[in-house]
Amino acid sequence: MEIPYTVAERPDTGVNNVKLGIWLFLASEVMLFGGLFSTYVILRLGGTDWPLGSDILSVPIGTFNTAVLIGSSVTMVMAHASLKLNQFDQFKKYMGLTVVLALVFLAVKSYEYYDKLSHGDLPSATTFLAIYWTMTALHGLHIIGGVVVNGYFWGPGSKMFHTKPEMFANRVEAAGLYWHFVDLVWIFLFPVLYLL
Amino acid sequence: MDNVTTADEHVPHAEHGHDGHHELSFLQSYVFSLDHKVIGIQYAITAMLFLLLGFTLMMIMRWQLAFPYTPVPVIGGLLGQNNAQFIAPEFYNSLGAMHGTIMVFLGVVPLAVGGFGNYVLPLQIGAPDMAFPRLNMASYWTFFCGGVVMFASFFVPGGAANSGWTSYAPLSVIATEGQTWWLVGMIFLITSSLLGSVNFIVTTLQLRAPGLSFMRLPFFVWAQLVTSFLLLLAFPPLEAAGVLQLMDRVAGTSFFMPAGLVTGEGPLEISGGGSPLLWQHLFWFLAHPEVYVLILPAMGIVAEVLANNTRKPLWGYRVLVASVIFLGFMSFIVWAHHMFMTGMGTTMSSFFQTTTMIISVPSVVILSAFLISLYSGSIRYPVPMLFALAFLPMFAIGGLTGLPLGLTAPDLHFHDTYYVIGHFHYVVAPGTIFALFAGIYFWYPKATGRVMSELLGKIHFWGSFISIQFVFTPMFITGLAGMNRRLYDGGLEYAHLQEVVGWNATMSYGAWALGFFQIFFIFNFFWSIRNGKKVDDNPWKATTLEWQAPSPPPHGNFTSPPEVHRGPYEYSVPGADKDFTMQGEADPAKA
Repeated sequence: MEIPYTVAERPDTGVNNVKLGIWLFLASEVMLFGGLFSTYVILRLGGTDWPLGSDILSVPIGTFNTAVLIGSSVTMVMAHASLKLNQFDQFKKYMGLTVVLALVFLAVKSYEYYDKLSHGDLPSATTFLAIYWTMTALHGLHIIGGVVVNGYFWGPGSKMFHTKPEMFANRVEAAGLYWHFVDLVWIFLFPVLYLL
Repeated sequence: MDNVTTADEHVPHAEHGHDGHHELSFLQSYVFSLDHKVIGIQYAITAMLFLLLGFTLMMIMRWQLAFPYTPVPVIGGLLGQNNAQFIAPEFYNSLGAMHGTIMVFLGVVPLAVGGFGNYVLPLQIGAPDMAFPRLNMASYWTFFCGGVVMFASFFVPGGAANSGWTSYAPLSVIATEGQTWWLVGMIFLITSSLLGSVNFIVTTLQLRAPGLSFMRLPFFVWAQLVTSFLLLLAFPPLEAAGVLQLMDRVAGTSFFMPAGLVTGEGPLEISGGGSPLLWQHLFWFLAHPEVYVLILPAMGIVAEVLANNTRKPLWGYRVLVASVIFLGFMSFIVWAHHMFMTGMGTTMSSFFQTTTMIISVPSVVILSAFLISLYSGSIRYPVPMLFALAFLPMFAIGGLTGLPLGLTAPDLHFHDTYYVIGHFHYVVAPGTIFALFAGIYFWYPKATGRVMSELLGKIHFWGSFISIQFVFTPMFITGLAGMNRRLYDGGLEYAHLQEVVGWNATMSYGAWALGFFQIFFIFNFFWSIRNGKKVDDNPWKATTLEWQAPSPPPHGNFTSPPEVHRGPYEYSVPGADKDFTMQGEADPAKA
């Protein structure tokens, strides 16, 4: 027996398996980053002194990276929309752009890490740096995960479009939901670490 | 239309699955299987091996407690040079930490959720498999890796983690290398349970058979559903905490390390500024819901076995469902009752004391509904029913002894004593583990087509039931006398414990007797695979969907897609021609 509702929506729940699964996964991700943001709040409130983020981190670089990531979210939406419109070439273009923008983000982040390392600003130096390194690195891992998944759908995985277009569009949508979530985490991380 | 399927009724289209026809290799069928039943059995066997390992660690510890500073007999030679004369203190600490870790994260949860959930849940909802079979396999193998890392940690320099299963900072941060392995192992286990819980929830919500509305779900499915939500939402903060502690240990950060820490080797060179209490908050934010992860699937199993063997519907099904959901919700806001002694302030304590008292209400409701279910039933007593019946008083003892712990004033005295150990072991050992035994005896015929030996089962039950009382009842006595839980010599050095240290030997004899009676179970489990009495698809005359499938169910589970026409517990319906009406049976009046 085939597993039901892998593509079609179940009438009484209104979703297919993939979409429900990715939302549940994101709920757990909220709790993961929620734990880390709570840690930030508790450590900052309990700390005797706390540096201003902008004194240690470069706000222009952070702003640039924020724009890059928001841009990649937009291209991700376009990629999914292209699939729905049956425009495979457009999909390839937008999905490729999403991956490139994510790589740009990672490159900029790596430059920031290199800069911190060369100044000896290791995680062990202060609590602020500890939380900066941990949270951005965990977020970076999520970006890398997204690059792998999106890269797969752009490259070898895109063959599925020609055999099971609807299933492929669902998968890209799920990848997109994940990608928006990763962006959203950064949109919280940026002000919390760079500006406040 | 007649929906009661028999094994010989062949429906051609049912077998046209994507891999229904071509033969699978040995690796595909038994090792990297995508079939929920094989994965369930993999989980169950692995978990039972870990339960045995965790119990063995405890049986070794109990030697040191009963006969301090004497060589361990029989297996003493295996414990290494340091423990040749007697169990070394560091090793004792490792045993304690790993007993807790293994029992909770590698034993009970994987058996209750990974094993029973995987095997029974899709069958009970009439699904061909889990919603994401590959994810299911990944979940098992991630769990397996976590288990390997935890097991391997015994052999690293300094031995396995020795900071208790709670790994309280800052001691855990400066502990030996085993702690790093513990954290890595935990990250594997948390990832595994995350994958599993997503799969369980999607499967339950999406793959229910036609006609199986929420209020027709067997209680076991409800219990697993709520459990999955707890795993999904409570585990990630511990993953965060695990990453932070790993950073503290590996990258030298100070998330949990306050400034000015001094050890025997002088002041620590750290930036400081962290909060040891933060670890406790993050840890218990998981670990309290985890308590309900341990108990809810057990309640689900007990509900199934009780209804089946009292031959009457479960009393108050809707109330049970409401209680289990409320329990799940409340379990997220009681965590700090583990921390009354940390000086977090009376306002916080009052809040968590109140929520703790509230959460006892649905637990009592569930237990009462089970008790009332027994009333005026014509009860059968097969082995699973014996275990399920024993669950009720055992869980009651465990639960009621928890109430004084949830109140701040008595907790001042009870905190960290054997009273606490007695309390939660009554919940988990003769409570949950007995329910798991009930489940194994109950669903064994579904997985193998044979029942386990009744005689061996009864010896196993009565032996375990009696000997386990000698393990845990004395803990209340020694705990009330003030015996601290992690004392290496069982309190020999303390004047105020001289009158109660004698109980240590009693408890140890109880534990070893308990170990002895498990031999009957292990033998029975393997012996019955080939020699158990052959039975039909529904040996217990049960009503839920899994008994409609052949035993053992084939790939895809059902010979024809099931359809549900009624609630889960239609036993002894007045006017019916037999004392059980299966969920898949169509109403003759409407047919």
